[in-house]
Amino acid sequence: MGWRLALRPYVLIVPALLLTCGILYPFGLGLYYTLFDFSASKPQPDMVRFENYETVFTQEAFWNSAWVTVLYAVGAAAVETVLGVTVALLLHRSTIVGRVLEKILILPLMIAPVIAAIIWKLMLQPSVGVINYLLRPFGLGGVQWTDTPTGALLSSIAVDVWVYTPFVAILALAGLRSLPTSPFEAAAVDGAGWWYTFRRLTLPMLWPYVLVAVIFRFMDSLKVFDIIYALTEGGPGDSTVVLQIRAYLEAIRFQRYSFGISYTIVLWAVVYLAAMVLVKHLGKIQRKAAEVSAK
Amino acid sequence: MTLRKRLLGWLADAALIVYFVFALFPIAWMVILSLKPTNELFSTYFSFSPTLDGYRTVLGDSEGIPFVRFFVNSLVVSLGAVALSLLVGLPAAYASARWRFKGSENLMFTLLSFRFAPELTVIIPLFVLYQKLGLFDTYVGMVWVLQLVTLPLIVWIMRSYFADLTPELEQAALLDGYTRKQAFMKVALPLVKPGVAAVSLLAFIFAWNNFVFPLILTSNEAQTVTVGALSFLGGDRPKYNLTAAAALVSVVPPLLLALTIQRYLVRGLSFGAVKS
Repeated sequence: MGWRLALRPYVLIVPALLLTCGILYPFGLGLYYTLFDFSASKPQPDMVRFENYETVFTQEAFWNSAWVTVLYAVGAAAVETVLGVTVALLLHRSTIVGRVLEKILILPLMIAPVIAAIIWKLMLQPSVGVINYLLRPFGLGGVQWTDTPTGALLSSIAVDVWVYTPFVAILALAGLRSLPTSPFEAAAVDGAGWWYTFRRLTLPMLWPYVLVAVIFRFMDSLKVFDIIYALTEGGPGDSTVVLQIRAYLEAIRFQRYSFGISYTIVLWAVVYLAAMVLVKHLGKIQRKAAEVSAK
Repeated sequence: MTLRKRLLGWLADAALIVYFVFALFPIAWMVILSLKPTNELFSTYFSFSPTLDGYRTVLGDSEGIPFVRFFVNSLVVSLGAVALSLLVGLPAAYASARWRFKGSENLMFTLLSFRFAPELTVIIPLFVLYQKLGLFDTYVGMVWVLQLVTLPLIVWIMRSYFADLTPELEQAALLDGYTRKQAFMKVALPLVKPGVAAVSLLAFIFAWNNFVFPLILTSNEAQTVTVGALSFLGGDRPKYNLTAAAALVSVVPPLLLALTIQRYLVRGLSFGAVKS
């Protein structure tokens, strides 16, 4: 019986392992492809070793994409964090208005990002879109939302913010509701003001929750695809060509498979590094929060 | 309640309302657009004679876009993906919560890393591979690739539910002569039933909302609503009412399901990192 007991966890985990391998296999295959010059026009590819990566890093297009991706990710994650935490703080006061609204908070989050982009595309249309119609009384009826480089980037970030702010808000709200009460009672007895309490107590204890949300949002927006694809397709020009869109264009539209995959491998490495840094930081923040709650 | 406090309270409520107008207006506007007759699409904004023609056209496939079939496809591949993930994911989640063994942590983190991998890293090789294997544009191919979305979610969240369960109950069952399998099936699993239900629905929502997989790995037979809704935007005169109707029909299932699992969302969305 002994050896069977020792094997049991493995038996339970094998099916999942097989499925995992089924996903790891294409990933490995992709890595292997990047060492060749595989494309539709060259179905019998030659080994080129790291030439694809060299090409990626020496391309103007890559650095443009990398820059756009970082702008998008930092912009989206920052706005979502500030807005999401604000919404959570306002909901936490638990007034009648707040309690009603909290029930519908998650609606945009459950809409497919691509559908969200379609919705906003219709609303942002310059001549017939409803947004310019509503802005007309303010003398702003002719904004070319997605037709200028800056406007297109800001519009796509706005869609991201619309979809994902509830994500940050519900995590922050869960955090607020699980904070210990004694530090706040002590502060109230000492006659501490709202701002002091918020800065010295609420924020440090809330940070771990917020940071989990930030990590998810930042890493997801580094690999954004759906929203940009539906809203701008990377345009105008190449002002919103984020890395995954560039990889899509290279691999699917121009059928340069090896080269397209090289783009995604580089992105994968960046996401991986970002995750490592952020998770390390999370540990520090959690320890600090524990100190504050212990006071 | 001083006057100043009351004013501040009103201000805070007003700020909330402003945010919720921003959050809900686009959905309301879709409803309005989808009910507009074609001839009033661009002539008016808020006054029009509502009609269900947009929905009739979309659901009647009369634009050459078989939307009903896409809807059924979305249903089939999402259900299939969740079922397969549950089948292999539940035992794995249980094993990793109950036993520490060689390689279990590595496997768990490999799974988690799928959640953050750029989808195209896997899709482009699959695009080539599926053409060779005949899995391109098939249900099987879609269910397989959707594991990338559903499996990490189900395993990680169920693991946190199993870990919260005290092992004593199962041990008592074992002392009563249950086998391990029975202890899992009859004791542990029923106790986490609400968790299983919630995580299944959440996984279904994410599978349903996926766009990049069907965009690249299907062309027609197995295409889903997310890709289908986008095709209404094609052409030189985009039909706003049809696009809006298609978008709304596509978001109904995820929205309805989401409202039923509100309580479990925090743990689900944060992969068990935050518990409410």
